[in-house]
Amino acid sequence: MKNSLKEKFLSPSKQTYQESFGKIISSFCILIIIALVVSILGFVTTKGIDTFTQSKINVFDFLFGNVWSPSSTGANGKPEVGAAPMIVTSFTVTLISAAIATPFAIACAIFMTFIANNRGSRLLRSTIELLVGIPSVIYGYIGLTLVVPLVRSIYGGTGFGILAGAIVLFVMILPTVTSLTVDSIKSVPDYYIKASYGLGATRWQTIYKVVLKISLPGILTAVIFGMTRAFGEALAVQMVIGNSITMPTNLTTPASTLTSQLTTGIGNTIMGTLQNNALWSLALVLLFMSLFFNILIKIIGKRGAAKYES
Amino acid sequence: MGKILSTKNLRLYYGKSEALHGISLKFLDGEITALIGPSGCGKSTYLRCLNRMNDLLDNVTITGTIKLQGKDIYSPKMSKSEIRKKIGMVFQQPNPFPFSIYDNVAYGPRISGVKDKKVLDEIVETSLKKAAIWDEVKDDLKKNAVALSGGQQQRVCIARTLAVNPDVILLDEPTSALDPISSVKVESTLMDIKKDYNIILVTHNMQQASRISDKTAFMLNGRLIEFDKTEKMFLNPENKITSDYLNGRFG
Ligand SMILES: Nc1ncnc2c1ncn2[C@@H]1O[C@H](COP(=O)(O)OP(=O)(O)OP(=O)(O)O)[C@@H](O)[C@H]1O
Ligand SMILES: [Mg+2]
Repeated sequence: MKNSLKEKFLSPSKQTYQESFGKIISSFCILIIIALVVSILGFVTTKGIDTFTQSKINVFDFLFGNVWSPSSTGANGKPEVGAAPMIVTSFTVTLISAAIATPFAIACAIFMTFIANNRGSRLLRSTIELLVGIPSVIYGYIGLTLVVPLVRSIYGGTGFGILAGAIVLFVMILPTVTSLTVDSIKSVPDYYIKASYGLGATRWQTIYKVVLKISLPGILTAVIFGMTRAFGEALAVQMVIGNSITMPTNLTTPASTLTSQLTTGIGNTIMGTLQNNALWSLALVLLFMSLFFNILIKIIGKRGAAKYES
Repeated sequence: MGKILSTKNLRLYYGKSEALHGISLKFLDGEITALIGPSGCGKSTYLRCLNRMNDLLDNVTITGTIKLQGKDIYSPKMSKSEIRKKIGMVFQQPNPFPFSIYDNVAYGPRISGVKDKKVLDEIVETSLKKAAIWDEVKDDLKKNAVALSGGQQQRVCIARTLAVNPDVILLDEPTSALDPISSVKVESTLMDIKKDYNIILVTHNMQQASRISDKTAFMLNGRLIEFDKTEKMFLNPENKITSDYLNGRFG
Protein backbone atom coordinates (compact mmCIF):
# COMPACT_ATOMS: atom_id res chain seq x y z
CA MET A 1 0.00 0.00 0.00
CA LYS A 2 2.68 2.39 1.05
CA ASN A 3 4.80 1.42 -1.90
CA SER A 4 2.10 1.95 -4.44
CA LEU A 5 1.41 5.41 -3.04
CA LYS A 6 5.07 6.28 -3.36
CA GLU A 7 5.05 5.01 -6.90
CA LYS A 8 2.03 7.08 -7.64
CA PHE A 9 3.76 10.24 -6.44
CA LEU A 10 7.04 9.55 -8.13
CA SER A 11 5.77 8.44 -11.50
CA PRO A 12 4.75 11.25 -13.85
CA SER A 13 1.06 12.07 -13.75
CA LYS A 14 -1.31 11.99 -16.67
CA GLN A 15 -1.10 15.77 -16.91
CA THR A 16 2.65 15.63 -17.24
CA TYR A 17 2.29 13.20 -20.11
CA GLN A 18 -0.30 15.37 -21.75
CA GLU A 19 1.84 18.41 -21.32
CA SER A 20 4.94 16.85 -22.87
CA PHE A 21 2.83 15.37 -25.65
CA GLY A 22 1.43 18.83 -26.41
CA LYS A 23 4.87 20.33 -26.31
CA ILE A 24 6.18 17.81 -28.80
CA ILE A 25 3.32 18.41 -31.20
CA SER A 26 3.62 22.19 -31.09
CA SER A 27 7.41 22.14 -31.40
CA PHE A 28 7.01 19.85 -34.38
CA CYS A 29 4.57 22.27 -36.04
CA ILE A 30 6.82 25.21 -35.33
CA LEU A 31 9.75 23.35 -36.83
CA ILE A 32 7.79 22.63 -39.98
CA ILE A 33 6.81 26.28 -40.31
CA ILE A 34 10.37 27.45 -39.79
CA ALA A 35 11.65 24.92 -42.31
CA LEU A 36 9.03 26.09 -44.77
CA VAL A 37 9.94 29.74 -44.42
CA VAL A 38 13.65 29.05 -44.62
CA SER A 39 13.28 26.88 -47.67
CA ILE A 40 11.11 29.43 -49.46
CA LEU A 41 13.65 32.13 -48.71
CA GLY A 42 16.50 29.86 -49.73
CA PHE A 43 14.82 28.73 -52.89
CA VAL A 44 13.88 32.18 -54.12
CA THR A 45 17.28 33.53 -53.19
CA THR A 46 19.32 30.84 -54.94
CA LYS A 47 17.12 31.07 -58.01
CA GLY A 48 17.10 34.84 -57.90
CA ILE A 49 20.86 35.30 -57.72
CA ASP A 50 21.51 32.97 -60.64
CA THR A 51 20.86 35.93 -62.88
CA PHE A 52 23.82 37.70 -61.34
CA THR A 53 26.16 34.75 -60.77
CA GLN A 54 25.54 32.62 -63.86
CA SER A 55 24.62 35.17 -66.47
CA LYS A 56 26.92 37.82 -64.99
CA ILE A 57 24.29 40.53 -65.03
CA ASN A 58 25.30 43.56 -63.01
CA VAL A 59 23.03 44.12 -59.98
CA PHE A 60 22.95 47.84 -60.72
CA ASP A 61 21.91 47.23 -64.31
CA PHE A 62 19.15 45.03 -62.95
CA LEU A 63 17.89 47.52 -60.38
CA PHE A 64 18.26 50.69 -62.43
CA GLY A 65 18.15 49.52 -66.05
CA ASN A 66 15.17 50.64 -68.10
CA VAL A 67 15.02 47.92 -70.73
CA TRP A 68 13.68 44.46 -70.06
CA SER A 69 14.37 41.90 -72.76
CA PRO A 70 16.13 38.88 -71.28
CA SER A 71 15.83 36.91 -74.50
CA SER A 72 17.82 39.21 -76.78
CA THR A 73 21.29 40.66 -76.51
CA GLY A 74 21.65 44.33 -75.74
CA ALA A 75 24.25 46.96 -76.60
CA ASN A 76 26.86 45.74 -74.13
CA GLY A 77 26.73 42.21 -75.43
CA LYS A 78 24.58 40.95 -72.57
CA PRO A 79 20.83 40.46 -72.38
CA GLU A 80 19.02 43.47 -70.95
CA VAL A 81 17.27 42.77 -67.65
CA GLY A 82 16.50 46.23 -66.31
CA ALA A 83 13.76 45.91 -63.70
CA ALA A 84 13.46 49.61 -62.90
CA PRO A 85 10.20 50.16 -64.86
CA MET A 86 8.48 47.43 -62.90
CA ILE A 87 9.91 48.50 -59.57
CA VAL A 88 8.78 52.07 -60.18
CA THR A 89 5.35 50.95 -61.35
CA SER A 90 4.89 48.66 -58.36
CA PHE A 91 5.71 51.48 -55.99
CA THR A 92 3.51 53.94 -57.82
CA VAL A 93 0.37 51.77 -57.80
CA THR A 94 1.00 50.88 -54.18
CA LEU A 95 1.44 54.46 -53.05
CA ILE A 96 -1.52 55.78 -55.02
CA SER A 97 -3.86 53.07 -53.83
CA ALA A 98 -2.76 53.56 -50.23
CA ALA A 99 -3.09 57.32 -50.58
CA ILE A 100 -6.71 56.95 -51.69
CA ALA A 101 -7.53 54.19 -49.22
CA THR A 102 -6.19 55.94 -46.11
CA PRO A 103 -8.64 58.85 -45.90
CA PHE A 104 -11.50 56.52 -46.77
CA ALA A 105 -10.45 54.10 -44.06
CA ILE A 106 -10.11 56.82 -41.44
CA ALA A 107 -13.46 58.31 -42.39
CA CYS A 108 -15.14 54.89 -42.18
CA ALA A 109 -13.48 54.18 -38.85
CA ILE A 110 -14.56 57.50 -37.35
CA PHE A 111 -18.06 57.03 -38.66
CA MET A 112 -18.25 53.57 -37.16
CA THR A 113 -16.86 54.47 -33.76
CA PHE A 114 -18.19 57.96 -33.15
CA ILE A 115 -21.18 58.65 -35.32
CA ALA A 116 -23.13 55.58 -36.38
CA ASN A 117 -25.25 53.75 -33.87
CA ASN A 118 -24.46 50.11 -33.17
CA ARG A 119 -26.61 48.79 -35.98
CA GLY A 120 -25.16 51.14 -38.57
CA SER A 121 -21.60 50.43 -37.62
CA ARG A 122 -22.15 46.67 -37.63
CA LEU A 123 -23.71 46.92 -41.08
CA LEU A 124 -20.80 48.93 -42.43
CA ARG A 125 -18.32 46.60 -40.80
CA SER A 126 -19.84 43.46 -42.29
CA THR A 127 -20.05 45.10 -45.70
CA ILE A 128 -16.38 45.92 -45.54
CA GLU A 129 -15.50 42.47 -44.30
CA LEU A 130 -17.42 41.04 -47.21
CA LEU A 131 -14.98 42.77 -49.53
CA VAL A 132 -12.13 40.70 -48.07
CA GLY A 133 -13.65 37.44 -49.20
CA ILE A 134 -14.05 38.36 -52.86
CA PRO A 135 -11.42 36.59 -55.01
CA SER A 136 -8.83 38.71 -56.83
CA VAL A 137 -10.01 37.61 -60.23
CA ILE A 138 -13.41 39.14 -59.59
CA TYR A 139 -11.81 42.45 -58.69
CA GLY A 140 -9.74 42.20 -61.86
CA TYR A 141 -12.80 41.43 -63.90
CA ILE A 142 -14.76 44.33 -62.45
CA GLY A 143 -11.75 46.54 -63.05
CA LEU A 144 -11.62 45.38 -66.62
CA THR A 145 -15.28 46.01 -67.33
CA LEU A 146 -15.81 49.17 -65.26
CA VAL A 147 -12.61 50.95 -64.32
CA VAL A 148 -10.68 50.58 -67.55
CA PRO A 149 -13.50 51.93 -69.76
CA LEU A 150 -14.06 54.73 -67.26
CA VAL A 151 -10.41 55.76 -67.35
CA ARG A 152 -10.49 55.46 -71.13
CA SER A 153 -13.50 57.72 -71.46
CA ILE A 154 -11.97 60.37 -69.22
CA TYR A 155 -8.31 60.34 -70.20
CA GLY A 156 -8.40 58.69 -73.62
CA GLY A 157 -5.91 56.02 -74.64
CA THR A 158 -6.55 52.40 -73.83
CA GLY A 159 -7.59 52.91 -70.25
CA PHE A 160 -5.13 50.28 -69.08
CA GLY A 161 -2.40 51.55 -66.80
CA ILE A 162 -1.31 52.58 -63.35
CA LEU A 163 -4.46 54.55 -62.59
CA ALA A 164 -6.76 51.62 -63.32
CA GLY A 165 -4.48 49.33 -61.31
CA ALA A 166 -4.38 51.72 -58.38
CA ILE A 167 -8.17 52.10 -58.33
CA VAL A 168 -8.70 48.34 -58.29
CA LEU A 169 -6.06 47.93 -55.59
CA PHE A 170 -7.65 50.71 -53.56
CA VAL A 171 -10.88 48.72 -53.33
CA MET A 172 -8.96 45.57 -52.54
CA ILE A 173 -6.92 46.99 -49.68
CA LEU A 174 -9.71 49.16 -48.27
CA PRO A 175 -11.09 46.42 -45.98
CA THR A 176 -7.68 45.60 -44.52
CA VAL A 177 -6.79 49.21 -43.91
CA THR A 178 -10.24 50.06 -42.56
CA SER A 179 -10.59 47.20 -40.12
CA LEU A 180 -7.10 47.73 -38.73
CA THR A 181 -7.77 51.46 -38.48
CA VAL A 182 -11.03 50.79 -36.64
CA ASP A 183 -9.18 48.53 -34.19
CA SER A 184 -6.58 51.19 -33.61
CA ILE A 185 -9.15 53.94 -33.07
CA LYS A 186 -11.28 51.75 -30.81
CA SER A 187 -8.26 50.98 -28.66
CA VAL A 188 -7.88 54.62 -27.61
CA PRO A 189 -8.85 54.51 -23.94
CA ASP A 190 -12.14 56.07 -23.00
CA TYR A 191 -10.60 58.18 -20.24
CA TYR A 192 -8.63 60.22 -22.77
CA ILE A 193 -11.81 60.96 -24.66
CA LYS A 194 -13.61 61.93 -21.44
CA ALA A 195 -10.71 64.15 -20.43
CA SER A 196 -10.94 65.94 -23.74
CA TYR A 197 -14.71 66.47 -23.52
CA GLY A 198 -14.26 67.55 -19.91
CA LEU A 199 -11.95 70.33 -21.06
CA GLY A 200 -14.61 71.66 -23.38
CA ALA A 201 -13.48 70.08 -26.62
CA THR A 202 -16.09 69.37 -29.26
CA ARG A 203 -16.46 65.94 -30.78
CA TRP A 204 -14.37 66.87 -33.81
CA GLN A 205 -11.64 68.44 -31.72
CA THR A 206 -11.56 65.29 -29.62
CA ILE A 207 -11.35 63.03 -32.65
CA TYR A 208 -8.76 65.15 -34.37
CA LYS A 209 -6.52 66.15 -31.49
CA VAL A 210 -6.76 63.16 -29.21
CA VAL A 211 -8.11 60.07 -30.91
CA LEU A 212 -6.28 60.33 -34.22
CA LYS A 213 -3.13 61.55 -32.55
CA ILE A 214 -3.02 58.64 -30.14
CA SER A 215 -3.97 56.04 -32.72
CA LEU A 216 -1.53 57.34 -35.33
CA PRO A 217 0.99 54.47 -34.97
CA GLY A 218 -1.85 52.00 -35.36
CA ILE A 219 -3.18 53.80 -38.42
CA LEU A 220 0.28 53.85 -39.98
CA THR A 221 0.58 50.14 -39.37
CA ALA A 222 -2.79 49.65 -41.03
CA VAL A 223 -1.67 51.62 -44.07
CA ILE A 224 1.55 49.65 -44.38
CA PHE A 225 -0.36 46.39 -44.11
CA GLY A 226 -2.50 47.64 -46.96
CA MET A 227 0.59 48.59 -48.93
CA THR A 228 2.07 45.13 -48.42
CA ARG A 229 -1.10 43.66 -49.82
CA ALA A 230 -1.14 46.09 -52.75
CA PHE A 231 2.51 45.51 -53.53
CA GLY A 232 2.04 41.76 -53.63
CA GLU A 233 -1.28 41.58 -55.47
CA ALA A 234 -0.74 40.09 -58.93
CA LEU A 235 -3.80 38.80 -60.70
CA ALA A 236 -6.18 41.73 -60.49
CA VAL A 237 -3.42 44.18 -61.34
CA GLN A 238 -2.28 42.12 -64.27
CA MET A 239 -5.79 42.28 -65.72
CA VAL A 240 -6.01 46.07 -65.77
CA ILE A 241 -2.49 47.46 -65.98
CA GLY A 242 -1.75 46.71 -69.63
CA ASN A 243 1.43 44.68 -69.10
CA SER A 244 3.87 46.74 -71.08
CA ILE A 245 7.34 46.93 -69.59
CA THR A 246 8.21 50.57 -70.08
CA MET A 247 9.21 53.20 -67.61
CA PRO A 248 5.87 54.87 -66.78
CA THR A 249 5.63 58.49 -67.83
CA ASN A 250 2.00 58.97 -66.92
CA LEU A 251 -0.75 57.13 -65.09
CA THR A 252 -2.93 56.16 -68.01
CA THR A 253 -0.62 54.31 -70.36
CA PRO A 254 0.00 50.57 -70.06
CA ALA A 255 2.66 49.56 -67.57
CA SER A 256 3.73 46.48 -65.69
CA THR A 257 4.41 45.75 -62.03
CA LEU A 258 6.80 43.20 -60.60
CA THR A 259 3.94 40.87 -59.79
CA SER A 260 2.08 41.26 -63.05
CA GLN A 261 5.29 40.54 -64.98
CA LEU A 262 5.86 37.47 -62.82
CA THR A 263 2.41 36.03 -63.46
CA THR A 264 2.55 36.82 -67.16
CA GLY A 265 6.08 35.56 -67.63
CA ILE A 266 6.51 32.54 -65.43
CA GLY A 267 4.46 30.20 -67.60
CA ASN A 268 6.24 31.17 -70.80
CA THR A 269 9.83 30.59 -69.80
CA ILE A 270 11.94 27.48 -69.34
CA MET A 271 13.49 26.64 -66.00
CA GLY A 272 17.20 27.34 -65.87
CA THR A 273 17.26 29.87 -68.67
CA LEU A 274 18.07 33.51 -68.06
CA GLN A 275 14.49 34.49 -68.97
CA ASN A 276 13.28 32.32 -66.13
CA ASN A 277 16.00 33.29 -63.67
CA ALA A 278 15.36 36.97 -64.30
CA LEU A 279 11.79 36.44 -63.14
CA TRP A 280 13.11 34.82 -59.98
CA SER A 281 15.18 37.92 -59.42
CA LEU A 282 11.98 39.94 -59.59
CA ALA A 283 10.50 37.60 -57.00
CA LEU A 284 13.54 38.20 -54.84
CA VAL A 285 12.92 41.94 -55.02
CA LEU A 286 9.32 41.34 -53.99
CA LEU A 287 10.45 39.23 -51.08
CA PHE A 288 12.84 41.90 -49.89
CA MET A 289 10.12 44.49 -50.14
CA SER A 290 7.68 42.53 -48.03
CA LEU A 291 10.44 41.95 -45.52
CA PHE A 292 11.04 45.69 -45.51
CA PHE A 293 7.34 46.43 -44.98
CA ASN A 294 7.24 43.95 -42.12
CA ILE A 295 10.20 45.51 -40.39
CA LEU A 296 8.61 48.92 -40.84
CA ILE A 297 5.45 47.67 -39.13
CA LYS A 298 7.49 46.27 -36.24
CA ILE A 299 9.36 49.55 -35.80
CA ILE A 300 6.21 51.65 -35.82
CA GLY A 301 4.54 49.24 -33.42
CA LYS A 302 7.46 49.51 -31.01
CA ARG A 303 7.49 53.30 -31.21
CA GLY A 304 3.78 53.43 -30.55
CA ALA A 305 4.08 51.11 -27.58
CA ALA A 306 7.02 53.08 -26.18
CA LYS A 307 4.89 56.19 -26.22
CA TYR A 308 2.34 54.64 -23.90
CA GLU A 309 4.82 53.05 -21.56
CA SER A 310 7.55 55.64 -21.26
CA MET B 1 -18.94 86.36 -6.48
CA GLY B 2 -20.89 85.45 -9.55
CA LYS B 3 -19.80 81.87 -9.84
CA ILE B 4 -22.66 80.29 -7.98
CA LEU B 5 -23.79 76.88 -9.12
CA SER B 6 -27.09 75.50 -7.98
CA THR B 7 -29.31 72.52 -8.65
CA LYS B 8 -32.98 72.37 -7.98
CA ASN B 9 -34.95 69.17 -7.65
CA LEU B 10 -32.46 67.34 -9.82
CA ARG B 11 -33.61 63.87 -10.82
CA LEU B 12 -31.71 61.44 -12.99
CA TYR B 13 -32.84 58.18 -14.53
CA TYR B 14 -30.58 55.50 -15.96
CA GLY B 15 -33.10 53.99 -18.33
CA LYS B 16 -36.14 53.61 -16.07
CA SER B 17 -34.38 53.41 -12.74
CA GLU B 18 -34.14 56.63 -10.81
CA ALA B 19 -30.62 57.19 -9.47
CA LEU B 20 -31.06 60.73 -8.12
CA HIS B 21 -34.28 61.56 -6.35
CA GLY B 22 -34.53 65.31 -6.52
CA ILE B 23 -31.43 67.00 -5.21
CA SER B 24 -31.30 70.71 -4.45
CA LEU B 25 -27.96 72.21 -3.52
CA LYS B 26 -26.13 75.48 -3.84
CA PHE B 27 -22.38 75.83 -4.25
CA LEU B 28 -20.68 79.12 -3.53
CA ASP B 29 -17.68 80.78 -5.03
CA GLY B 30 -14.48 80.61 -2.96
CA GLU B 31 -15.60 77.52 -1.12
CA ILE B 32 -14.85 73.85 -1.24
CA THR B 33 -17.93 71.69 -0.91
CA ALA B 34 -17.41 68.02 -0.13
CA LEU B 35 -19.89 65.40 -1.32
CA ILE B 36 -19.82 62.33 0.86
CA GLY B 37 -21.86 59.18 1.13
CA PRO B 38 -21.57 55.43 0.77
CA SER B 39 -20.61 53.78 -2.48
CA GLY B 40 -23.37 53.79 -5.05
CA CYS B 41 -25.32 56.65 -3.49
CA GLY B 42 -25.00 58.73 -6.64
CA LYS B 43 -22.16 61.15 -5.93
CA SER B 44 -20.43 60.61 -9.27
CA THR B 45 -23.74 60.62 -11.07
CA TYR B 46 -24.64 63.94 -9.49
CA LEU B 47 -21.23 65.43 -10.24
CA ARG B 48 -21.43 64.39 -13.88
CA CYS B 49 -24.74 66.21 -14.22
CA LEU B 50 -23.05 69.44 -13.25
CA ASN B 51 -20.92 69.66 -16.39
CA ARG B 52 -23.17 67.61 -18.63
CA MET B 53 -20.81 64.64 -18.81
CA ASN B 54 -23.85 62.40 -18.45
CA ASP B 55 -24.82 63.54 -21.92
CA LEU B 56 -22.14 61.16 -23.21
CA LEU B 57 -24.13 58.20 -21.90
CA ASP B 58 -27.11 56.75 -23.71
CA ASN B 59 -30.44 56.35 -22.04
CA VAL B 60 -30.05 58.98 -19.37
CA THR B 61 -32.93 61.29 -18.52
CA ILE B 62 -32.43 64.34 -16.36
CA THR B 63 -35.12 66.59 -14.92
CA GLY B 64 -34.93 69.65 -12.67
CA THR B 65 -32.69 72.65 -13.18
CA ILE B 66 -28.99 73.36 -12.85
CA LYS B 67 -27.99 76.97 -12.96
CA LEU B 68 -24.60 78.58 -13.24
CA GLN B 69 -24.74 82.30 -12.49
CA GLY B 70 -28.47 82.16 -12.93
CA LYS B 71 -28.34 80.57 -16.37
CA ASP B 72 -29.78 77.12 -16.96
CA ILE B 73 -26.93 74.98 -18.26
CA TYR B 74 -29.33 72.48 -19.80
CA SER B 75 -31.18 75.05 -21.87
CA PRO B 76 -30.90 74.35 -25.60
CA LYS B 77 -29.19 77.68 -26.13
CA MET B 78 -26.14 76.62 -24.09
CA SER B 79 -23.30 74.86 -25.81
CA LYS B 80 -21.98 71.82 -24.00
CA SER B 81 -18.39 72.63 -24.77
CA GLU B 82 -18.77 76.17 -23.41
CA ILE B 83 -20.32 74.81 -20.24
CA ARG B 84 -17.48 72.33 -19.77
CA LYS B 85 -14.98 75.13 -20.17
CA LYS B 86 -16.67 76.98 -17.34
CA ILE B 87 -17.17 73.86 -15.22
CA GLY B 88 -14.00 71.80 -15.35
CA MET B 89 -13.59 68.25 -14.12
CA VAL B 90 -10.78 66.22 -12.57
CA PHE B 91 -11.25 62.45 -12.60
CA GLN B 92 -10.61 59.74 -10.06
CA GLN B 93 -7.85 58.08 -12.08
CA PRO B 94 -5.21 60.58 -13.19
CA ASN B 95 -5.70 60.71 -16.95
CA PRO B 96 -3.17 63.00 -18.58
CA PHE B 97 -2.98 62.56 -22.35
CA PRO B 98 0.07 60.62 -23.52
CA PHE B 99 1.54 63.90 -24.74
CA SER B 100 4.14 66.17 -23.23
CA ILE B 101 3.36 67.98 -19.99
CA TYR B 102 3.27 71.23 -21.94
CA ASP B 103 0.83 69.89 -24.54
CA ASN B 104 -1.40 68.53 -21.80
CA VAL B 105 -1.78 71.88 -20.09
CA ALA B 106 -1.96 73.78 -23.38
CA TYR B 107 -4.70 71.47 -24.69
CA GLY B 108 -7.62 73.50 -23.36
CA PRO B 109 -6.37 76.92 -24.45
CA ARG B 110 -5.45 75.52 -27.86
CA ILE B 111 -8.91 74.13 -28.53
CA SER B 112 -10.27 77.53 -27.58
CA GLY B 113 -8.14 79.00 -30.33
CA VAL B 114 -5.10 80.35 -28.48
CA LYS B 115 -2.18 80.03 -30.87
CA ASP B 116 0.32 82.61 -29.70
CA LYS B 117 3.31 80.76 -28.25
CA LYS B 118 3.98 83.45 -25.64
CA VAL B 119 0.42 83.41 -24.37
CA LEU B 120 0.44 79.62 -24.21
CA ASP B 121 3.78 79.58 -22.37
CA GLU B 122 2.34 81.95 -19.84
CA ILE B 123 -0.85 79.98 -19.33
CA VAL B 124 1.10 76.74 -18.95
CA GLU B 125 3.42 78.26 -16.39
CA THR B 126 0.77 79.90 -14.25
CA SER B 127 -1.46 76.84 -14.34
CA LEU B 128 1.35 74.52 -13.31
CA LYS B 129 2.31 76.96 -10.56
CA LYS B 130 -1.24 77.12 -9.27
CA ALA B 131 -1.39 73.33 -9.25
CA ALA B 132 1.85 73.29 -7.23
CA ILE B 133 3.72 71.13 -9.68
CA TRP B 134 5.75 73.77 -11.52
CA ASP B 135 8.93 73.30 -9.51
CA GLU B 136 8.90 69.56 -10.12
CA VAL B 137 8.47 69.73 -13.88
CA LYS B 138 9.66 73.13 -15.06
CA ASP B 139 12.91 71.78 -16.51
CA ASP B 140 11.21 68.97 -18.31
CA LEU B 141 8.02 70.28 -19.87
CA LYS B 142 8.66 68.17 -22.98
CA LYS B 143 8.52 64.98 -20.97
CA ASN B 144 5.59 62.66 -21.59
CA ALA B 145 3.06 63.26 -18.81
CA VAL B 146 2.31 59.55 -18.60
CA ALA B 147 5.84 59.05 -17.28
CA LEU B 148 5.15 61.10 -14.12
CA SER B 149 4.15 59.59 -10.80
CA GLY B 150 0.45 59.25 -10.07
CA GLY B 151 0.39 62.25 -7.75
CA GLN B 152 2.26 64.38 -10.25
CA GLN B 153 -0.05 63.24 -13.01
CA GLN B 154 -3.07 64.25 -10.97
CA ARG B 155 -1.65 67.71 -10.34
CA VAL B 156 -0.90 68.04 -14.07
CA CYS B 157 -4.55 67.16 -14.64
CA ILE B 158 -5.56 69.87 -12.19
CA ALA B 159 -3.27 72.30 -14.02
CA ARG B 160 -4.82 71.22 -17.31
CA THR B 161 -8.25 72.02 -15.93
CA LEU B 162 -7.09 75.36 -14.49
CA ALA B 163 -5.61 76.34 -17.86
CA VAL B 164 -9.11 76.58 -19.29
CA ASN B 165 -9.87 79.15 -16.60
CA PRO B 166 -13.06 77.58 -15.27
CA ASP B 167 -15.39 79.04 -12.66
CA VAL B 168 -16.23 75.73 -11.09
CA ILE B 169 -13.98 72.69 -10.62
CA LEU B 170 -15.49 69.27 -10.07
CA LEU B 171 -13.27 66.61 -8.56
CA ASP B 172 -14.38 62.99 -8.30
CA GLU B 173 -12.27 61.28 -5.62
CA PRO B 174 -9.14 62.94 -6.98
CA THR B 175 -6.82 61.41 -4.40
CA SER B 176 -8.21 57.91 -4.08
CA ALA B 177 -5.55 56.52 -6.42
CA LEU B 178 -2.72 58.37 -4.68
CA ASP B 179 -0.43 57.73 -1.75
CA PRO B 180 -0.90 59.87 1.42
CA ILE B 181 1.93 62.28 0.60
CA SER B 182 0.67 62.94 -2.92
CA SER B 183 -2.84 63.28 -1.52
CA VAL B 184 -1.74 65.94 0.91
CA LYS B 185 -0.07 67.79 -1.94
CA VAL B 186 -3.22 67.72 -3.99
CA GLU B 187 -5.23 68.85 -0.96
CA SER B 188 -2.97 71.79 -0.31
CA THR B 189 -3.17 72.66 -3.99
CA LEU B 190 -6.94 72.81 -3.65
CA MET B 191 -6.68 74.95 -0.51
CA ASP B 192 -4.36 77.34 -2.34
CA ILE B 193 -6.61 77.87 -5.31
CA LYS B 194 -10.00 77.76 -3.64
CA LYS B 195 -10.40 81.49 -3.19
CA ASP B 196 -10.70 81.96 -6.94
CA TYR B 197 -12.92 79.01 -7.70
CA ASN B 198 -16.02 77.18 -6.73
CA ILE B 199 -14.78 73.69 -5.91
CA ILE B 200 -16.92 70.60 -5.53
CA LEU B 201 -15.15 67.51 -4.26
CA VAL B 202 -16.41 63.95 -4.01
CA THR B 203 -14.50 62.00 -1.40
CA HIS B 204 -14.66 58.84 0.65
CA ASN B 205 -12.05 60.17 2.98
CA MET B 206 -13.76 61.80 5.97
CA GLN B 207 -10.53 63.35 7.23
CA GLN B 208 -10.03 64.90 3.85
CA ALA B 209 -13.54 66.32 3.84
CA SER B 210 -13.10 67.75 7.33
CA ARG B 211 -9.60 69.09 6.58
CA ILE B 212 -10.30 71.04 3.44
CA SER B 213 -14.00 71.56 2.83
CA ASP B 214 -16.08 74.51 3.94
CA LYS B 215 -19.38 72.75 3.47
CA THR B 216 -20.33 69.13 3.30
CA ALA B 217 -23.25 67.41 1.65
CA PHE B 218 -24.15 63.91 2.76
CA MET B 219 -25.96 61.73 0.24
CA LEU B 220 -27.61 58.37 0.68
CA ASN B 221 -29.38 56.26 -1.96
CA GLY B 222 -29.71 59.11 -4.39
CA ARG B 223 -31.07 61.56 -1.84
CA LEU B 224 -29.51 64.48 -0.08
CA ILE B 225 -29.67 63.80 3.65
CA GLU B 226 -27.90 66.78 5.07
CA PHE B 227 -26.01 69.83 3.87
CA ASP B 228 -24.25 72.24 6.18
CA LYS B 229 -21.02 73.88 7.21
CA THR B 230 -18.42 71.13 7.51
CA GLU B 231 -17.65 71.94 11.14
CA LYS B 232 -21.27 71.80 12.15
CA MET B 233 -21.81 68.64 10.16
CA PHE B 234 -18.91 66.76 11.73
CA LEU B 235 -19.36 68.00 15.30
CA ASN B 236 -23.04 68.22 15.59
CA PRO B 237 -25.08 66.83 12.69
CA GLU B 238 -28.82 67.40 12.63
CA ASN B 239 -29.58 64.00 11.33
CA LYS B 240 -29.12 60.71 13.12
CA ILE B 241 -28.16 58.90 9.88
CA THR B 242 -25.47 61.47 9.16
CA SER B 243 -23.92 61.01 12.54
CA ASP B 244 -24.05 57.23 12.17
CA TYR B 245 -22.31 57.45 8.83
CA LEU B 246 -19.66 59.89 10.03
CA ASN B 247 -18.94 57.65 12.99
CA GLY B 248 -18.54 54.65 10.77
CA ARG B 249 -21.61 52.89 12.05
CA PHE B 250 -22.58 51.82 8.54
CA GLY B 251 -21.53 51.96 4.88
N1 LIG C 1 -23.78 54.41 -16.57
C1 LIG C 1 -24.65 53.91 -15.70
N2 LIG C 1 -25.71 53.20 -16.13
C2 LIG C 1 -26.59 52.69 -15.26
N3 LIG C 1 -26.54 52.84 -13.93
C3 LIG C 1 -25.51 53.54 -13.43
C4 LIG C 1 -24.50 54.11 -14.29
N4 LIG C 1 -23.60 54.75 -13.51
C5 LIG C 1 -24.01 54.57 -12.24
N5 LIG C 1 -25.15 53.85 -12.18
C6 LIG C 1 -25.89 53.50 -10.96
O1 LIG C 1 -26.24 54.68 -10.28
C7 LIG C 1 -26.01 54.57 -8.90
C8 LIG C 1 -25.09 55.64 -8.42
O2 LIG C 1 -23.79 55.43 -8.96
P1 LIG C 1 -22.59 56.43 -8.75
O3 LIG C 1 -21.47 55.96 -9.58
O4 LIG C 1 -23.07 57.80 -8.98
O5 LIG C 1 -22.26 56.21 -7.21
P2 LIG C 1 -21.11 56.87 -6.33
O6 LIG C 1 -21.78 57.52 -5.18
O7 LIG C 1 -20.23 57.71 -7.16
O8 LIG C 1 -20.35 55.59 -5.83
P3 LIG C 1 -18.77 55.42 -5.54
O9 LIG C 1 -18.55 56.06 -4.23
O10 LIG C 1 -18.60 53.94 -5.48
O11 LIG C 1 -18.05 56.05 -6.66
C9 LIG C 1 -25.49 53.16 -8.67
O12 LIG C 1 -26.55 52.37 -8.23
C10 LIG C 1 -25.02 52.71 -10.00
O13 LIG C 1 -25.22 51.34 -10.16
MG1 LIG D 1 -18.15 57.54 -7.84
